[in-house]
Amino acid sequence: MPTTMTKVHPGAYGFPVTLKKRYDNYIGGKWSPPVSGEYFDNITPVTGQVICQIARSKAADVDKALDAAHAAKAAWGKTSGAERGRLLERIAQRIEDNLEMLATIETWDNGKPIRETMAADIPLAVDHFRYFAGVVRAQEGSIGQIDAQTVAYHYHEPLGVVGLIIPWNFPILMAAWKLAPALAAGNCVVLKPAEQTPMSIMCLVELIEDILPPGVLNVVNGFGLEAGKPLASSPRVNKVAFTGETTTGRLIMQYASQNIIPVTLELGGKSANIFFEDVLREDDAFYDKALEGFTLFALNQGEVCTCPSRALIQESIYDRFMERALKRVAAIKQGNPLDASTMLGAQASNEQMEKILSYLDIGRQEGAEVLTGGRQAHLDGDLSTGFYVEPTVFKGNNKMRIFQEEIFGPVVSVTTFKTDDEALEIANDTLYGLGAGIWTRDMNRAYKFGHGIQAGRVWTNCYHLYPAGAAFGGYKQSGVGRETHKMMLDHYQQTKNVLVSFSPNAMGFF
Amino acid sequence: MGVLETAKADSTVAAAPLSSALPQQVLTTPAAVALMETLRAKYGPLMFHQSGGCCDGSSPMCYALGEFMTGDSDVLLATVGDEPGAPFYMSKPQFEYWKHTQLILDVVAGRGGMFSLDNSEGVRFLIRSRVFTDEEIAALRAAGRI
Repeated sequence: MPTTMTKVHPGAYGFPVTLKKRYDNYIGGKWSPPVSGEYFDNITPVTGQVICQIARSKAADVDKALDAAHAAKAAWGKTSGAERGRLLERIAQRIEDNLEMLATIETWDNGKPIRETMAADIPLAVDHFRYFAGVVRAQEGSIGQIDAQTVAYHYHEPLGVVGLIIPWNFPILMAAWKLAPALAAGNCVVLKPAEQTPMSIMCLVELIEDILPPGVLNVVNGFGLEAGKPLASSPRVNKVAFTGETTTGRLIMQYASQNIIPVTLELGGKSANIFFEDVLREDDAFYDKALEGFTLFALNQGEVCTCPSRALIQESIYDRFMERALKRVAAIKQGNPLDASTMLGAQASNEQMEKILSYLDIGRQEGAEVLTGGRQAHLDGDLSTGFYVEPTVFKGNNKMRIFQEEIFGPVVSVTTFKTDDEALEIANDTLYGLGAGIWTRDMNRAYKFGHGIQAGRVWTNCYHLYPAGAAFGGYKQSGVGRETHKMMLDHYQQTKNVLVSFSPNAMGFF
Repeated sequence: MGVLETAKADSTVAAAPLSSALPQQVLTTPAAVALMETLRAKYGPLMFHQSGGCCDGSSPMCYALGEFMTGDSDVLLATVGDEPGAPFYMSKPQFEYWKHTQLILDVVAGRGGMFSLDNSEGVRFLIRSRVFTDEEIAALRAAGRI
């Protein structure tokens, strides 16, 4: 055993987990092999090695899942909010009871550090199931007294069957963001995980499969083209919720227009993180917090839609602030994602790493100055075949492409501003509007920027907090709809109006 | 970085003859042209739409011609690949931020790209870029291309 303990492989390194060689689809409460019999290799970005095989599903598998969901929807849609809440709470507890196992599997699947999956991904997934278990109990319709003898009753009804297409950056958490409200609202779901990270969700389903009635939750793995597209374009889904990029977002809207169904889209951002000069008024805990706030661009290897990837520093403090900030970046420990002290792990896939490297190239070409990093990181031993990039800080201007495009890597582009007006102009000079951060000791300024920035969330003296109960979603090209808030129940429900006359008399027209 | 240098060298070789002094806005590497041929044999005529945003953002999405609905909000940058070629589009607002760069359509190992036709090939299209020179920018402006 001691000789094999050093090998970096699931089960042999880190918290012991047992993975299956193959993961089938989960349809109608059963593990279902793909109709075609085909599987694809799942690669861990930690080492670049194959760790299991995953069902390569096609339209026929999506149809089976939709059959199961439609068969289950009538009974599930009639369950009480209390019952659905009880089941969601059981899911939350089951996840919490298996925190370390799920966190470890998520790290193998995605490459993110274990300290993040232990402290953020999985606990936040628990939080979201608990939150929606609670709020569905408190949801009420309304009664409107239209006039003395006419009353409008409003009820919530589930949409029916919804299709959920999940990204690879937070596989379990993003599934939870969509599953919890969709199930709480009384829908049956067909979920398609990302093909880059298809495994951890199946391990989650294994854990909770006894909790939900068959057909309520169906998970179909496969490639986007072969399995995602048939789901997104199916006339048998009543809504599609998608997290991803703009072109696919448009295509999903296009398919939705053909089926006349609603969509929720979360399409990314290029979030400004603004540091005003008053941050440096004192060298205290708040200044330290702001420095961490700057460094959060490296959280999850920068693979976050709200990555604070544009840092706007007031010119008067630029030198002093950046001296400290770069020290903070230099202290980032990159290494084996399974090690508890690792702060920066692997990018989720080879192609993602290639994309990041292409941006490091264009940043240099555009004349941006590399303040630190700027290269692929080459780790030793088993990790040498993994996908690692150095934490990178560019200095440039907001018109450069590295300031305008979501690199989705541990890369921040820094620029300066002189006045509040200039800061606001730069912050809003972007196609996107998902998140932003402001750091100031001046509450009037905080209020002004909280309203002035055209983004769905403005973190004020904090960043990268994702509590259930705070609405998350985009302005401008960052998408349509909100997540992580009780209003999500509405996003997954129809409004039924029963309009009742209590008058015995005819209207008098005929 | 060797990969990048090789790709750029390849793309220069792959540049089609210019009809005028106007620089091309999208170049293709031989690997990209070969992948396009593979996909064309399977799916028929192709088109590209350059994505933005998160996850697979910044990927050049490849679809069967007409699958993706373009409109007044899009710019046609070029027609790429062997005859009859595939139109390459980008949204107008995105192009405003990209127009000073030449795009180089390349291929890397990997999967993804959502509904893009390269999704299940084990390789995928990737965009690299080169900043146009001042002279090229002037020529493109004069021609109304940017």
